[in-house]
Amino acid sequence: MKSLSQTAMDRQSKVQRLALIGVAIIGFVALASAPLWAGRADLRLLMEALSFLALAQMWNLLAGYTGLISVGQQAYVGLGGYFFFALAMFTAVPVLLAIPLAALAAGLVAIPTAWIAFRLQGAYFAIGTWVIAEVFRLIAAQFPALGGGSGISLPVALVRSIASSRSGIELVMYYMAFFIALTSILSVWVLLRSRWGLALTAIRDSEPAAASLGVNIRRVKFMVYVGTAVGTALTGAFIFLQKLRITPEAAFSVTEWSAFVIFIVVIGGLGTIEGPIIGVILFFLLRDLAADLGTWYLIGLGALAIAVMLIDRRGIWGAFKARGFPNLFVTQRTLN
Amino acid sequence: MEWINVIVQGILLGGLYALFAAGLSLMFGVMRFINIAHGDFIVVAAYLLLVMVMTLGLPPVVGIGMVVILMSAVGYLGQRILLNRVLDEDILPPVLVTFGLSIIIQNSLLEAFSADSQRVPSGNFATASLTFNDELAIGVLPLAMFLAAVGVIGVLQFIFFRTALGRLLRATSDDPEIIPLMGANNSHVFAIATALASAVVAVAGTMLAMKTNFDPTIGPSRLLFAFEAVIIGGMGNIWGTLAGGIILGVAQTIGAQIDAGYQILAGHLAFLAVLIVRPMGLFAKAKG
Amino acid sequence: MTKLLETQDLTAHYGDFQALFGIDLSVEEGETIAIIGSNGAGKSTFLRAVTGMRPATGQNITYDGQQIAGMTADRIHHLGLAMVPEGRRLFSSLSVEENLKIGAAGKRTGPWNLDEVFKLFPALLERRRHGGTELSGGQQQMVAIGRALMSNPRLLLCDEISLGLAPKIIREIYAAVPLIRERGTSLVVIEQDIAQALRVANRVYCFQEGRVSLTGQPSELSRDAIAKAYFGTEDS
Repeated sequence: MKSLSQTAMDRQSKVQRLALIGVAIIGFVALASAPLWAGRADLRLLMEALSFLALAQMWNLLAGYTGLISVGQQAYVGLGGYFFFALAMFTAVPVLLAIPLAALAAGLVAIPTAWIAFRLQGAYFAIGTWVIAEVFRLIAAQFPALGGGSGISLPVALVRSIASSRSGIELVMYYMAFFIALTSILSVWVLLRSRWGLALTAIRDSEPAAASLGVNIRRVKFMVYVGTAVGTALTGAFIFLQKLRITPEAAFSVTEWSAFVIFIVVIGGLGTIEGPIIGVILFFLLRDLAADLGTWYLIGLGALAIAVMLIDRRGIWGAFKARGFPNLFVTQRTLN
Repeated sequence: MEWINVIVQGILLGGLYALFAAGLSLMFGVMRFINIAHGDFIVVAAYLLLVMVMTLGLPPVVGIGMVVILMSAVGYLGQRILLNRVLDEDILPPVLVTFGLSIIIQNSLLEAFSADSQRVPSGNFATASLTFNDELAIGVLPLAMFLAAVGVIGVLQFIFFRTALGRLLRATSDDPEIIPLMGANNSHVFAIATALASAVVAVAGTMLAMKTNFDPTIGPSRLLFAFEAVIIGGMGNIWGTLAGGIILGVAQTIGAQIDAGYQILAGHLAFLAVLIVRPMGLFAKAKG
Repeated sequence: MTKLLETQDLTAHYGDFQALFGIDLSVEEGETIAIIGSNGAGKSTFLRAVTGMRPATGQNITYDGQQIAGMTADRIHHLGLAMVPEGRRLFSSLSVEENLKIGAAGKRTGPWNLDEVFKLFPALLERRRHGGTELSGGQQQMVAIGRALMSNPRLLLCDEISLGLAPKIIREIYAAVPLIRERGTSLVVIEQDIAQALRVANRVYCFQEGRVSLTGQPSELSRDAIAKAYFGTEDS
């Protein structure tokens, strides 16, 4: 028999949840219909934001659930980009198909890479992944066919092959970004709701306990690492399609693809699906506001990351959840 | 015979890398704390020496001393005031905080000094060299730096194994929870460890400033060299770190000899090779 | 006369779980107090609260008349309280000798120093350079006790020093207790070995589910009373 205050809390929680779902539906519809109402510059911004959202979801899955803190995911952004350029430019594969194929190729590379990286633990693993990304960068710079150290641009003919008009190309590209972001959110959500998800949550809460329950921790971590590598590479391939040009420095930038992504996830809320969404919104708002400040913007960002760690490590969404805010993406089964 | 020269240069370079590594592994050994801004602190030391020598006109030796004192103090305070608050089982807060610090430092240096490449002149030292025969010449400055690096590592070894402070630092790395029962204050011990690491970083940075050109963005790559030297040499062993630095240095100079563009990559590959074959490092001390 | 250690109504929580429900305990100078009780009764929690190893702000813990609740553990140690922690907790990177020396980090003077500890536990002398954790369980316990003695404490708190040790070794270690007392250190021992506890203590406290269920001198306490206090059931 629930107490009166408990019933009141439940009702408040239900109202909050409905409000959340409402906001989410509005957001979804707005994004799905963006080409109808957004101008060209806004569309480009949205594509960039959606890319970062996908990257953030992948990093969140890796760090928030398996505890694998990687400072080297730029390895797969770059690999995705370079494999895409290589496939598009040197094989008969159509441009749009080259993107997922590039992701799969990167996934294949991730398999032996994981084996090597897993020889390190904790903080050493983090930096080890960074070194591996650097190795990829230096190797990528060795290929003259792909521009060597100064990079290469995507041939115009390839871009034109996507659609017949310029606005058509932008439409296709926008929905690619939208689709990639949506897939990243849904795949993480579905995964967490599945049997695998239980294993992941168990690992996150207590590795020794999970192991004693029969969870094959190493195998789960391995599969998540390779899976997020594929997701990251898919996004990377798209990012460099959008940029139309790739250089080793941009492809494997630790600042863009690790620092910013990590900030987004942690400030928004690690270990939650909603957190990266909030993080991306905040990140792009800040970037817009501070656009002219150059280095001062970056200094401010660094200071913000430090402040969040000192004030509330759970990030914005984590802090909300702790105060009883309901989940938008329900991943837990509760016992009644 | 040319290869002997290459190897010797590699060994001398390795001394510098060993210093990069010593500071990193000191903090990790005592506090399980990985400092992503480690390389950026090395660069800060380099810029501090630049300011002391060029702007304040101090002789380099005095400048180095001042940088060491200054950075040790900053390290102590920084640990007590900021970093102690994020020490935890969880490695994410230190990663994030030091990542933030790294970005703040790099951009602050860019604002203050611009992206121009700099170097601290070392006068006659820079060009003097000892010639052994036709193919082998060792610069006096690189040799002095190598000997200084070995000296610093020797001092660290002495501190850790022959002093009460070192005993406390080693004990803290074993079991920090029990340390207060010994009457020691963890905050203080951690801060001392950071101060020591900062002193080593200061020496490393000032040597870097005199040896090569530097700019605000080279910090992260110094961190990676430090890390690679630690892994190659083996964790928990101070002299092993020297060996790791030397091996890395030699790998790099051999790579550079094959092709100038292969220098860094050769170092990375040596690191990966050790990681694949002996992940604990070549000279790791097994913990009881 | 001021009690050396006194707690009044000491409570302790682990999150929502309450481990101690108002413990009143006192130690007079020169006494040896034994705390017995089954696992989970709160004995270790009590010691940790007293030594500052867990938060105790707002509690009432006095040491020699001085309020120490809320003080940091290292400050409490400097006042003359030393603990031999549960599980020994020797430093694996340090040798036996170094483990002992680190116990003397505080600046208190008194009868205990390296030579005296080696006289108390001669088995350690020949192993002084061995790694702290290379020794047998009993020898490690000796090192842990010696380490605590090196700070010349007025009050030594021992958490389950007989845990995992053979009876012969336990007797050997407890044989050192009279000498420790003689030299001016009072003791609080948490003991699973009830017989040993009764043999060595002036007074006994029995903890049961976070409360003191029985207290008194060993001679006053019947076996039945102890069994009831220990297990919380009627002994038929």
